Amino acid sequence: MDSPVTQAQYATQLSDDTLRDMYRAMLLSRRLDERCWALHRQGKIAFHVSAIGHEGLQVAAAFALNRGIDFTYPYYRDLAFCIALGLTPLDFMLSVFGKAGEPSSGGRQMPSHWSSREKHIVSQSSVVAVQVPQAAGTAFAINYKRKVGLLAADDTTQPRLAYASVGEGGTSQGEWHEAMNWAGIHKLPFICMVENNQYAISVPFDKQSAVPLVERAHGYGVIGVQVDGNDVFATYDAVRAAAERAYTGEGATLIEAITYRLVPHSSDDDDRSYRTREEVQEWKQKDPLLRFQAELLNQGVLTQARIDAFEEAIQASITEAQQQAEAAPDPDIASGLSGVYAEETI
Amino acid sequence: MTTATETNTAVRTMTLIQALTEAMDEELARDERIFITGEDVGPRGGVFRATMGLYEKYGPERIVDSPLGEISIAAVGIGAAVAGLRPICEMQFADFIHPAFNQIVSEAAKMYYRSNGHWPLPMVIRAPYGGGIGGGLYHSQSVEAFFAHVPGLKVVIPSTPYDAKGLLKSAIRDNNPVMFFEPKKGYRAIKGEVPDGDYTVPIGPARIAREGTDLSVYAYGMMAHYSTIAAQMVARNHDIDVEVVDIRTLLPLDKETLLKSFKKTGKALIVYEDNLTMGFGAEVAAILADEGFEYMDGPIKRLAGPDVPAVPYSHALQEAFMPNPEKIAAAIRDIIAY
Ligand SMILES: Cc1ncc(C[n+]2csc(CCOP(=O)(O)OP(=O)(O)O)c2C)c(N)n1
Repeated sequence: MDSPVTQAQYATQLSDDTLRDMYRAMLLSRRLDERCWALHRQGKIAFHVSAIGHEGLQVAAAFALNRGIDFTYPYYRDLAFCIALGLTPLDFMLSVFGKAGEPSSGGRQMPSHWSSREKHIVSQSSVVAVQVPQAAGTAFAINYKRKVGLLAADDTTQPRLAYASVGEGGTSQGEWHEAMNWAGIHKLPFICMVENNQYAISVPFDKQSAVPLVERAHGYGVIGVQVDGNDVFATYDAVRAAAERAYTGEGATLIEAITYRLVPHSSDDDDRSYRTREEVQEWKQKDPLLRFQAELLNQGVLTQARIDAFEEAIQASITEAQQQAEAAPDPDIASGLSGVYAEETI
Repeated sequence: MTTATETNTAVRTMTLIQALTEAMDEELARDERIFITGEDVGPRGGVFRATMGLYEKYGPERIVDSPLGEISIAAVGIGAAVAGLRPICEMQFADFIHPAFNQIVSEAAKMYYRSNGHWPLPMVIRAPYGGGIGGGLYHSQSVEAFFAHVPGLKVVIPSTPYDAKGLLKSAIRDNNPVMFFEPKKGYRAIKGEVPDGDYTVPIGPARIAREGTDLSVYAYGMMAHYSTIAAQMVARNHDIDVEVVDIRTLLPLDKETLLKSFKKTGKALIVYEDNLTMGFGAEVAAILADEGFEYMDGPIKRLAGPDVPAVPYSHALQEAFMPNPEKIAAAIRDIIAY
């Protein structure tokens, strides 16, 4: 297995401020997520799909990109990733309540189907893995624009790579394989992040693939990196190195981040039917949020007082966002019946 | 409706496929954001030669041989459109579009709506379709109805070289995903006049291919061509004056022109080479029955392929499957005699 990133140590160059921003994004995602589980139990919202357990790798990945500039194709589990890209508690609350002003889809999609044109987050469907070949196409377009002179290679105000994330279950789809094939053939500025949380709903990894996913990279001619997805520093390094390769024309990277979801698949799932409580408990010991917090405390980047201040501010912002979202009007009925076609102009 | 620039009024006779190549050539020259991808589209110029000469002219960056994977041909088109390019994706045969169905129907068609207007997808998917070429079950299919059912797509099928060029240009300039089905039997069989230079034919309006007063035939693609021949046959031999409506755009459908013709004639025959049941003609029949009831002067009839999986290979079986001018003329006479 190629692991060209272990010596990179980009993460050691992160400033204390950035590390605190990363911690705050993880914490915000966690608390927002927990609030949504509660809202679901209270019968206030119809659906929630959770990032709990994935925050470390997601925030690390977002911070390793040119945030808000590079194209990203997240999938439904990427709450923390999108928070790190600038999604606000109000944005998310409007979407879980399906209210007017919901920024990703105007209340058309279930929550956690991200989209923001200004942040270069491309709209997605519920169908797993479809985003991966689309992201390859976007990466292809970036290459194309450079070649025909529509984009300067060093223009950091423009997207220079396409990033797609997907679950390990999603890698079983033909879409995924065709995407990796294009990425390798054309040496695309492309990163595929597989968030391997061991289960696709109830189906364990050994029913998904006969080999570690990272081993497939070689067969497509892309660089493969396996990383502990609960280790923020290691994941940051992996994604940052992949981004550098993309920016400098060295091609695509497949990153398999090993992690675990600490909660059921979605608010409609009961995970007790397919995994033991002991197993879940074991992974709770590896909670990326607590681990990162301990590391930052240890480094003196965080203090308990700061953590408490973050907690307080975050809870207040979530409560305010929730209240605003609950009070927000429903989308106008006519809006759901129009907007099927874009204007025919050029 | 159509605009030929005044400085370029020379008219040439060419085949349908030449008109398509010319449209792509001119558009590639006009806009650097346009590129073509698909199987064998590069040096080979496409198995039907629709992209012939374009690789030599525009190079491997813009005329891109894809790997043999329809999912990614469509998906890469989507992703490239997201990034501001204007891809033309070629499906080698419409029969092989099915792996890409998910990307087209579930993704491309819905992207604009599901993002509340934030991500338009200016892309074209070209696919040769239809029977009559000895292609058997897997090189003859008519798949337009699957896509015409999907809001968010536009579905265009030209039947003349003039329209082929003008409609393809409109499709390329459109900011929505356009399914552009090409009647492959007509690629070289249909010839017609095409003016020099730039002009477009708008997506949407149907075309009155032949004026008439006794009966309206609704058709598209090769069947519009056959219906015009049939109309000439019944005019000559039976003094029946048939109007032929070439639908040209299946989605969005020009109901107004369809109904206007029905109002004039009161009789309708809908011709399509897909399987009869739930083919596109069913929609046309439903619209005429629903919104044109007061004009109706006879049964609304459909002439289509039988409900077997697709066009068989054997010449005799293929002939039995396909509508042709003789069968269309016979169906017209039946309705007139009703
Ligand atoms: C093509 C497709 N098939 C089935 C589903 C239903 N489904 C939704 S999520 C999911 C499991 C996905 O697991 P994985 O890709 O590992 O991601 P995770 O949810 O574990 O992060 C399934 C089967 C779907 N959304 N798309």
